[in-house]
Amino acid sequence: MTSEAATIGLTHGGSEDTGLGHRGPESKSIVVPYGFWLFVLSDMVLFSALFASYASLAHATDGGPTSLQLFDRNLVAIETIALLLSSFVCGLAMITAKRANMLWTQAWLLVTGLLGFVFLSIELFEFAKMIGEGAGPQRSAFLSSFFTLVGCHGAHVTAGLLWIGTMMAQIWAKGFREDIVRRLLCLSIFWHALDIIWVAIFTIVYLIGTLP
Amino acid sequence: MSENRPETANVAPGQPHDSMLSETLSYVLGLGLALVLTGISFWVASTSALWGPGVAVGLVVLAIAQMGVHLVFFLHITSGPDNTNNVLALAFGVLIVFLVMVGTIWIMSHMNANMGMAPELMNLQMQH
Repeated sequence: MTSEAATIGLTHGGSEDTGLGHRGPESKSIVVPYGFWLFVLSDMVLFSALFASYASLAHATDGGPTSLQLFDRNLVAIETIALLLSSFVCGLAMITAKRANMLWTQAWLLVTGLLGFVFLSIELFEFAKMIGEGAGPQRSAFLSSFFTLVGCHGAHVTAGLLWIGTMMAQIWAKGFREDIVRRLLCLSIFWHALDIIWVAIFTIVYLIGTLP
Repeated sequence: MSENRPETANVAPGQPHDSMLSETLSYVLGLGLALVLTGISFWVASTSALWGPGVAVGLVVLAIAQMGVHLVFFLHITSGPDNTNNVLALAFGVLIVFLVMVGTIWIMSHMNANMGMAPELMNLQMQH
């Protein structure tokens, strides 16, 4: 069996793992985050479709405002820094959670959520300002795709904030039980993935969209 | 959390590794690199010192580099044997993302170029 597995390339160097299930199923603490990783990747596929439609419609402005007139790079820079720091602090929360340190885990999660809230507030301010200027999603195909793409990311951040609050309450009430820590790990995967998608948004929508 | 298995065991994505120092260092290093790459991106987009047509391509390359930094330092996706499943799933995701984006942009730009409509008409057409 082992030699057969080796010939079809399923072994790693020096590893007993044939990849054929000899050890039995992995523990839940591996399987659950792996399944969540698959979900996050499929979420990125969803965003790729929104990016594709944005790229196709970016110049269909119907004589209305263009990206060059609408976007403010300074605000986007602040949003980017806030979300990046939030992702970083989320990592710190994972380090302290692994050691079951209640005080620091709660503190880092709170900072993560606050930075995410700063990001979301700036984004909503920007949306409100654009809609107030008559550049709402119904103005042109460009703006429809813009609000769909960036709004979908904002909706994810909102869901993430609710999730962070839920996890803070669960850790507080139930402690660092194995299933709670598992959920926390899924949350951190989700939060890091949102920052990865934001890198694509600020590059494609805000920076390339405002090149002279 | 990690059981007492040899190094052949799988790890979940985003799981911090061994000692507190190396974990923190990984996140700090990732934050530093991401900040530098973000800074370069904003500088490249606003400077006039670079050749104009190359700027957009440069920005995309910088963005991909920063995504790599996030994957390695924040999500701990590595090339180690314990990460094979995570990497394979990621590779498949990247393939689909690439197909959807490049395929759409390629086909739509060809349709725009070959449908033979005046630009103003095309602009109208694209508003539906």
